[in-house]
Amino acid sequence: MNTTHQITAGFMPLFDSAVLVAAGEMGFATREGIELKLNRETSWANIRDRIAIGHFDVAHMLGPMPLACSLGLTPLASETIVPFSLGLGGNCITVSNTVWEGMAAHGAAPDLDPARAGAALGALIRERAVAGPREPLRFAVVHPHSGHNYELRYWLAACGIDPDRDIEIVIVPPPFMADALSAGRIDGYCVGEPWNSAAVAAGTGRIVTVKALLWRNSPEKVIGARRSWAEENPDTLAALLRALHHSARWCQDPVNRGELATLMARSAFLGQSESIQMPALTGRLQLGGSAERRVEDFFLPFDKAANFPWKSHALWFYTQMVRWGQLPHTPQNLAIARDCYRPDLYRSALKPLGVALPGANAKVEGALKVATPVGSAGASLVLGPDGFFDGQIFDPDRIDSYIAGQKRD
Amino acid sequence: MLAGSLTILVIDENRIRASIIEAGLRDAGHQHVTVVHDVAGIAKRIAELEPDVIVIDLENPNRDMLENMFQLSRAVKRPIAMFVDRSDRASIEAAVDAGVSAYVIDGLKKERIKPILDMAISRFNAFSRMARELEEARSELENRKVVDRAKGILMKSRGLTEEAAYALLRKTAMNQNRKIAEIAQSLVTAAGLLGPLEGE
Repeated sequence: MNTTHQITAGFMPLFDSAVLVAAGEMGFATREGIELKLNRETSWANIRDRIAIGHFDVAHMLGPMPLACSLGLTPLASETIVPFSLGLGGNCITVSNTVWEGMAAHGAAPDLDPARAGAALGALIRERAVAGPREPLRFAVVHPHSGHNYELRYWLAACGIDPDRDIEIVIVPPPFMADALSAGRIDGYCVGEPWNSAAVAAGTGRIVTVKALLWRNSPEKVIGARRSWAEENPDTLAALLRALHHSARWCQDPVNRGELATLMARSAFLGQSESIQMPALTGRLQLGGSAERRVEDFFLPFDKAANFPWKSHALWFYTQMVRWGQLPHTPQNLAIARDCYRPDLYRSALKPLGVALPGANAKVEGALKVATPVGSAGASLVLGPDGFFDGQIFDPDRIDSYIAGQKRD
Repeated sequence: MLAGSLTILVIDENRIRASIIEAGLRDAGHQHVTVVHDVAGIAKRIAELEPDVIVIDLENPNRDMLENMFQLSRAVKRPIAMFVDRSDRASIEAAVDAGVSAYVIDGLKKERIKPILDMAISRFNAFSRMARELEEARSELENRKVVDRAKGILMKSRGLTEEAAYALLRKTAMNQNRKIAEIAQSLVTAAGLLGPLEGE
């Protein structure tokens, strides 16, 4: 490759930045003729601001964040598109030892079962309410427009807990979660790895369930690109997507786990020990109290079409923004949400590689009960299973009824 | 209205920079300025102070928490949003470049905010410049120390005068297209590996 594209990218110190980080550090970007400059940031707000004013061309973003930007939900919003997803799953819900004891007394077991854990948490909350007026349990998520916020709320609501009335939800930056938990400022949280395993390793938290069991193979972080930049630099963007594709394949390969853990452990990236990166890679989680569980598809950086920016993922995020009062459901808003994720750009960039690509732009989420090979000429692609733990199905062609069905009284 | 009637909260973990901002605000006639270094208990402070303007450094990892709180917390009587003047993109870029952001209560006129943001930008830039100069001075001092040690080694091992030792270092640096301090550091390291010098 002779052409050199320069791309400046922002990322947050989270394990699911791995595909972007490895693209820069393991030579995948260079091979596509890209000089990729990686900038570690301290908040999602900074990433948003630097994308908006042009410091960054692309960034590691929370899946709903480009929607929030495009829908004008944030200050300094700019139109942001999603041409690539950085993986599926990877989050856990962790509670304090005290809350865990209370949950265990109401039937919770260290098996990560979302329904069982949720029922126990609900019983604990009702017991506390009967005992007299006191502060509600306080859970933290990383951002109001995050998969973490929506999956925590989805889990609670499906278990009969009102996330606004029965508990309090606050925002805490990922690296501070474990500290806030041990200091008693929060009672639980939903965050990506390694910040759950960090609390378990410190003996101050218990993992009660994981994203992969709440909604298997569900969307998490994405590459957000400033729309104007993407439109002015289509070749550069396509080259980046190919580099990310090769990087994601490398990250998924078990042979490279050690090297990837070493890379992410470096102080320029996560600055956390290698051993604490491994649960995200193996799906073998220490839950606390010497309990261990292996979770299928805990975090997928590549398999199961993990990098495909499904419009149905964006639309599910949209329904949750509406559900929790962040946004009114209008035809205009829906149209913006529909246009934000760009499978067309993903497909056109990867077509020359001859790899398997999904033929559809959206799918019915929760419909696949088992891993299912999907037709794609000459190459194999397996999707799912993708079930929600409560058996619900999200059909992106029936958004109105999905939103109506989730309405609170 | 007088500048002094606005209540301003400065949130900055860097104490020196915070006091530079505070001094700037007071010089500009703002009397109600509060500085906070730690965001613990910030919701309560905001409820007590009811600030019109909040100045935050962009390095603060709690920005997401603060933005969410400004919008939703019961402690905040009127929503507080990041100050973005769409007609003046340059000043927003200047603010992000400088590493500062301003949040204002709903309804406050931009004419009243602009001077505060501009002042914060110039003071943040002045602080960065100062920090950079300090760092340069520090490394300059370190360099001088290592060059002195290298000269000492050459004087002792090759019987050179101080002037000749320095000339040799300079010539080597020029030939190799490197800095004198780098050559000096290599020499000091090599000397350390080859055997302990007297008194070390």
